[in-house]
Amino acid sequence: MSMNTQGRPTGTGTSGSTAASGSALIPDEPLLFEIGDTEHSGVDLPEVTIDDSFLGGFERKTKLDLAGLTEPEAMRHYVRLSRMNHSIDSGMYPLGSCTMKHNPRLNEKMARLPGFSDIHPLQPVSTVQGALELMNQLSHWLLTLTNTAAVALSPKAGAHGELLGMMAIKAAQDAAGQAHRTVVLVPESAHGTNPATAAFLGYTVKPVPAKADGTVDVEAVKAALSPEVAAIMLTNPNTCGLFEPQVIEIAQAVHDAGAFFYCDGANFNAIMGVVRPGDLGIDAMHINLHKTFSTPHGGGGPGAGPVVLSQALAPFAPVPFVRKGEKGLELVEHVEEHALCRVTAFHGQMGMYVRALTYMLSHGGDGLAQAAQDAVLNANYIKARLQHIFSVPFPNYPTMHEALFDDSFLKDTGVTTLDFAKAMIDEGFHPMTMYFPLVVHGAMLVEPTESESKQTLDRFCDVMAELATDAKAGNAARFTAAPVKAPRRRLDETRAARQPVLKWEKPADLPQAAE
Amino acid sequence: MRYLPHSASERAEMLGVIGAADVDALFSAVPKSALKSFDLGLPAHQPEFLVETHMRALAAKNHAAGDGPFFVGAGAYRHHVPATVDHLIQRSEWLTAYTPYQPEISQGTLQMLFEFQTQVAKITGMDVANASLYDGSTGTAEAVLMAKRLTKKNKIVLSGGLHPHYRDVVKAYLKDDPDLVCLSPSPEGQGDILSQIDGNTAAIVVQTPDFYGHLRDLKAAADAAHAHGALLIVVITEVVSLGLLEAPGALGADIVVCEGQSIGNALNFGGPYLGLMATRKEFIRQMPGRLCGETVDADGNRGFVLTLSTREQHIRREKATSNICTNSGLCALAFSIHMSLLGEAGFTRLARLNHHNAVKLARMLGTVPGVELLNKSFFNEMTIRLPVPAAPVVEMLAQAGVLAGVPVSRLEPYNPNVENLIVLAATELTTHADIEMLAECLHAAIEEDAQ
Amino acid sequence: MTTKFTPDHEYIRVEGSTGIVGITPYAQEQLGDIVFVELPAVGKALKKGEEAAVVESVKAASEIYAPVTGTIVEVNGMLTNEPGLVNTDPENAGWMFKIEIADTSEIDTLLDADGYAELTL
Repeated sequence: MSMNTQGRPTGTGTSGSTAASGSALIPDEPLLFEIGDTEHSGVDLPEVTIDDSFLGGFERKTKLDLAGLTEPEAMRHYVRLSRMNHSIDSGMYPLGSCTMKHNPRLNEKMARLPGFSDIHPLQPVSTVQGALELMNQLSHWLLTLTNTAAVALSPKAGAHGELLGMMAIKAAQDAAGQAHRTVVLVPESAHGTNPATAAFLGYTVKPVPAKADGTVDVEAVKAALSPEVAAIMLTNPNTCGLFEPQVIEIAQAVHDAGAFFYCDGANFNAIMGVVRPGDLGIDAMHINLHKTFSTPHGGGGPGAGPVVLSQALAPFAPVPFVRKGEKGLELVEHVEEHALCRVTAFHGQMGMYVRALTYMLSHGGDGLAQAAQDAVLNANYIKARLQHIFSVPFPNYPTMHEALFDDSFLKDTGVTTLDFAKAMIDEGFHPMTMYFPLVVHGAMLVEPTESESKQTLDRFCDVMAELATDAKAGNAARFTAAPVKAPRRRLDETRAARQPVLKWEKPADLPQAAE
Repeated sequence: MRYLPHSASERAEMLGVIGAADVDALFSAVPKSALKSFDLGLPAHQPEFLVETHMRALAAKNHAAGDGPFFVGAGAYRHHVPATVDHLIQRSEWLTAYTPYQPEISQGTLQMLFEFQTQVAKITGMDVANASLYDGSTGTAEAVLMAKRLTKKNKIVLSGGLHPHYRDVVKAYLKDDPDLVCLSPSPEGQGDILSQIDGNTAAIVVQTPDFYGHLRDLKAAADAAHAHGALLIVVITEVVSLGLLEAPGALGADIVVCEGQSIGNALNFGGPYLGLMATRKEFIRQMPGRLCGETVDADGNRGFVLTLSTREQHIRREKATSNICTNSGLCALAFSIHMSLLGEAGFTRLARLNHHNAVKLARMLGTVPGVELLNKSFFNEMTIRLPVPAAPVVEMLAQAGVLAGVPVSRLEPYNPNVENLIVLAATELTTHADIEMLAECLHAAIEEDAQ
Repeated sequence: MTTKFTPDHEYIRVEGSTGIVGITPYAQEQLGDIVFVELPAVGKALKKGEEAAVVESVKAASEIYAPVTGTIVEVNGMLTNEPGLVNTDPENAGWMFKIEIADTSEIDTLLDADGYAELTL
């Protein structure tokens, strides 16, 4: 039995003492349940006796078996765990379609002002006028940057905003006697959330093929449109990193057919302050505050996905929203006989609103446009430096904020896209997005964002070029074995899925393993 | 601009490598009519200290919970968060990491999620928990959809004790569904749901402590649901209650959804919060959201990965269990750190302290003439009836610096039966002086209103 | 006993009026490690081309379609605990379901072994 640093036995499956695992500064760390126990606690609370309980006989009679840690133990546990993570603060994170930009710490400081963090969503609105003003200011920035008529702030994330936007389209069409529109057009290159959202609302998804140059053909859209089509869901700039050159014509055709144009705003970072989606004819678009406006990704959320709406959809915005009243700002939380009530409890991701507005004020209108242009400049720079070594599937247009390569340069090398990505880890880089978009074989989507310096971009390109050269030179072993310098080597995902172990069990609780 | 690393000469040099005359050339695919064809009219970039001044001025216009006596609950609770929690979640490696899609360099986040799932499973008494959802309200809607998939039946019954916002979110998700039954608000804790269950029922949704603070009999609900082949979905908006109350899993719950904000997360005016979801082992494949699982790496060392991801949108696309993409990772981290600091001993003591203070609050409210306490049972929250409409009284108290709870009419504006009701919560932060001041002000306000 | 194939890389081994359906060795290799198989309910009536089952690898989920119209009469319960049988022995232990064939003439429209082999060249 292996022992952890606390001298307690570790759980089954641990072999933390092997030579390959852990290193001097990044040690392996046992599970908290293997460190603590039910008597340890890192919180001092007075012990009270309740002489007359009002628990109605529902008191817990069993033990939870919930391990605790004292404060120094907890500090060490979570600091040690953290060191096994890559992060944007410690290195480039060129994940296409994810916009991993710098997260300014002023945002964090402002979000923690008690006037924002220590206010309750249901305390009287007269006591939260500053919060409502902040929501108004954020709305103003979003509406100005997109040139749209209304914004619903409350969605909790991009996919949630997308759901809300499509709900608004459905509500508008139901109200107009157009409930027979049951088809949603989705280009093949779309994010997985688009068809998932459409299907969720009961729509039939009809794919629209892309042209050979990676953009959507207005003629293909026209051919797919019919009186049954409710909307098109189009990402622009698209997931291949290209601006749709016929987007205005597409919007026109969609509107002529009585349908709406939902724009997936995941890639807004490429055009903020430079192009206003409202000028392109969109009817609804979600904006990922955690991508474009720098609220931290936090290891997978929380996000925030406000949705801007055109004049036609504005009446179908959900509650709550802020409006000016006689005694200051009012929060409208109910509208009688409203088509679309609410998509979340309370008022959405206030903590994210504070961070996003702080970011906007820091940049100003000029800085946001500069950031978008730098993001595009950086992606084109990577493309220019690597296009002679890597293969570019859609060379006709300049790329926007992300550079797309395919895996044809790896043909006959015995190295897969995945292997290549894992080798990047050994060179200190987080891999790019792989195998997305699906329309490109072995896609590698690189999004540097505006936050990377030229020096970092050059180093990234040097490493990529060296890896590609090595792969072509037949050194496949370096790639298939990678990573070897990370806290873990490649993990057995088949085992994880075939015999799911989704929580820790006390070793004694485990059934006898069949040998 | 302090966040943008390029100098003008570097930009020029890069354009040279690209072979573009200027940056506009990179936007050549944009229709001319749409490219920089406007003046935004937004303010220019500002130094950090000026942005800070602006934001502080906005914050100063709000009355923070810590500024005076505070009894607001109704689905979001003010608890003390240890300093360690906020320090740790601001570490770069937690704050600025992405979703752990590359497990070799994301073991910190993944192990934390595995620990989090274990903690949630333990406190709910369920077999498995996911890596979190957006919040309790959307989690409830997801649970309802999950129950429909599992049972292949359609009828859903929402208890009258369910948080009105949660009910409204379920209604939005199930728009126009004739099989959705929403029972009328039950401020007196009326048992209303069991008679509604029939053979077409997919699930009943019961909140405990309910919106009005009453503790609900989950065992009876589970037995009644199971007798008809329906599932019991339990909703808990005050997760601290699980420190003292029987785990829903032990009482027959099939899906448990909690708002986890109370542990580790600030009020934040309503978000970001943290949806917890736990269920039975056999239902995993219909559970939405990310799951982290244990495995081994190529050297045989224990490690963790996101698993069973074929349920999710990026693979199943239109056949996914949900369109959810993100979870609430950083809030889950805060929850997990706070929960590990508490441990069983601390969690139980915290819950006891909450109930202790709520009992004191209930007793004091009982001494205010004209105030009627509606609860026979409660954990840390309760409903009172005033002889006058509640909203103006709450507003009057707010002007006096006392945030006295939530007038039910704010959430149920079209229901005259609840016009005089206030829902109030006490937590470990509630002091005796706070309670005394509330009672005094409430007494004065009712008298003034009566005159 | 004849074995026929679909362009979607399924085989159907016909025994009398019953067909045993699974995926081809080529298909399992393309999918990689199978981690889960969702099987149809016994008694379910399916038209040719309708979704009958789902096989999942770590990163992908693929629908298995009914190669002919008919009714599901048996499913391979072993796959619930051992989905890897689809990888190790797709044509025997890794079979998925048995279907009572409504119209045996439909069999003739499927590919024979040579026709299928051409597809996977």
